[in-house]
Amino acid sequence: MLAKKTLARKGTPDGRAEDRRDALGISGLSLAVGTGERAIPLLADVTVRVGRGETVGLVGESGSGKSLTARAALGMLPRGARATGGVTVADVDVLAAGRRQLRDLRRTRASMIFQDPRASINPVRRIGDYLTEGLRARGVPARAAAERARDLLDQVGIRDPKGAMRRFPHEFSGGMLQRVVIAGALSTEPELLLADEPTTALDVTTQAEVVGLLKDMQRVHGTGMLFVTHDLDLAAAICDRVYVMYAGRIVEEAASASLFAAPAHPYTRALLEASPSVHGEKAEIKAITGRPRALAESPSGCSFRDRCPLAGDECAGTVPAHRPHGTSLVACVRPEQVTP
Amino acid sequence: MKRTLADRNRKRTFAGWIGKRALGGVLTVLLASILIYGALRLAPGDPVLAMTGGRRLTPDQVEALRHRYGLDQGFMQGYLAWIGDALRLDFGTSMNYQTSVTSLITNRLGVSGVLILYSAVLAIVFGFAVALASAVKGGLVNRVAGIVAAVTTATPTFVSAIGLLALFSVGLGWFPATGAGTGLADRLWHLTLPAVAMAIVAFGVLARVGNAAFAEELRREHVEVARSRGVSTAAVIRRHVVRNALAPILTIIGLLFASLFVGTAVVETAFGLDGVGSLLVSSVSRRDFPVVQGIALIAVLLFVVVNTLVDLAMPFIDPRVTVGGPGR
Repeated sequence: MLAKKTLARKGTPDGRAEDRRDALGISGLSLAVGTGERAIPLLADVTVRVGRGETVGLVGESGSGKSLTARAALGMLPRGARATGGVTVADVDVLAAGRRQLRDLRRTRASMIFQDPRASINPVRRIGDYLTEGLRARGVPARAAAERARDLLDQVGIRDPKGAMRRFPHEFSGGMLQRVVIAGALSTEPELLLADEPTTALDVTTQAEVVGLLKDMQRVHGTGMLFVTHDLDLAAAICDRVYVMYAGRIVEEAASASLFAAPAHPYTRALLEASPSVHGEKAEIKAITGRPRALAESPSGCSFRDRCPLAGDECAGTVPAHRPHGTSLVACVRPEQVTP
Repeated sequence: MKRTLADRNRKRTFAGWIGKRALGGVLTVLLASILIYGALRLAPGDPVLAMTGGRRLTPDQVEALRHRYGLDQGFMQGYLAWIGDALRLDFGTSMNYQTSVTSLITNRLGVSGVLILYSAVLAIVFGFAVALASAVKGGLVNRVAGIVAAVTTATPTFVSAIGLLALFSVGLGWFPATGAGTGLADRLWHLTLPAVAMAIVAFGVLARVGNAAFAEELRREHVEVARSRGVSTAAVIRRHVVRNALAPILTIIGLLFASLFVGTAVVETAFGLDGVGSLLVSSVSRRDFPVVQGIALIAVLLFVVVNTLVDLAMPFIDPRVTVGGPGR
């Protein structure tokens, strides 16, 4: 109840109809480390959009650049990296922002949830310190910040919030800690939540609880969420739209519903066939041949062509442009062959 | 009710843990005292002959001296008599000065104590600053700091003492070459060069260990998380880097205190200071066993006390250090 009220107040901070703007807009983002001949490309032409209150999945294997993309939204680029393209979070131009602007952005508009809650929270400081840190950085008085933190702990289902504030991280289980992290991320009432594999470090039953909680909190607080994961099924289950990433590029964007029925990119299809399903009849699990590539070591043209069963000569020339196919936007020259 | 019971149990185990640590410290000192006393018996040459410098003595005179220093007793008997006196802060009579060892040492503690604290403060302040700056800045700063730390760690105290003397007292004349001075300001002025000479190695060690500790904490994910929340760099370093690196740094500082105590032997001799260290050196060369034993025992005691205090501080620095057992 309380959260809803604060949300309502926050929705139109100065009376203008700002609800239309996107929580996150990444357009044509390229990222490279180093200069000149020895530059190593990390991301190429990445475009991701998260509307207000929308849940968007970003799926890919390790090293595909999904975490880099999420971090770029907060202006957290790798050391020595140069970015081109556009990144905006709630109308703030992230790539052009100075240190102060970035700090304000992180304090007020966007929060990130990391993979391992035990590593995310400073082990020698109390839970209360962690929860109030974001608010205190913004200048909220200690007492008000603590009150808000207790309220959030209650919302994420931590028993005895008052006592929990005084405890240390090692006194909590991983699942409980991830709840604390979620509470911490929401403490600043962000418009954008970047969840970087928030359930990977947890066991399966806890995963379901945490995902459920995340969705609930996101709905209650009206936050846009970019959900980064390597689990296509999980992404499709909780997201409105899903971006599939391979070797530093977005290869497919689709509504979750159509992704399972009609994958438009061979990589998406391969991912679906590579994951076991508990529903329906038993199907053979097909591993994708070869190993995942980083952008710097991927072949010319389509990055996936050396592992793709459909690859032909025309795939080697240029990087396929994104084009609509069904409800998807796909970077493949022959999407009609992917789902017969 | 349940909570209070748990708290009481926790307090009880904590008290028991302190008791255990203290007992361990006492045992360490006792074991060391046996070695210190035994060294007298094992040392080559007859202490009485050394003391009398080869003058001819009648057998009766020799016997009287042997009796006076307990050399006519069996090992255990002699040890018990010595440690019993030592517990009452009576380390016997110096063979050389013919006065009480206790007063010899306490008269010199003023100089040595100020010297040790002064150099400890210098080493900690500069070591900490260099370690933090190099870990945070990285790059060239880090490389230069690494070289400085390596060179200072490898410079023996007697070399830096002579170098500082040559440059700052003989060459530039900024600091006096000998003496301890009177009054606080004058004393600090006199003790600056000796303190710097002693602090150099400790500084190097702290700069290296501190740099490694800070750099490790800087790589931790909770540091990145704090940055992702818009916490200012200064606050991130204070709350997430320095705070978390305190444990290894404090351990090193505890060990450094003991080495500083030993370092006074070289520095006080080089700078003509009348402290415990120079007393130790002159007593060793004169085979003044009661003095050497007394100083050695005090050094062990200091080492054990400082390191026990460091151990006791650990659970407060890192809550994961569980009382009475290894952490999870």
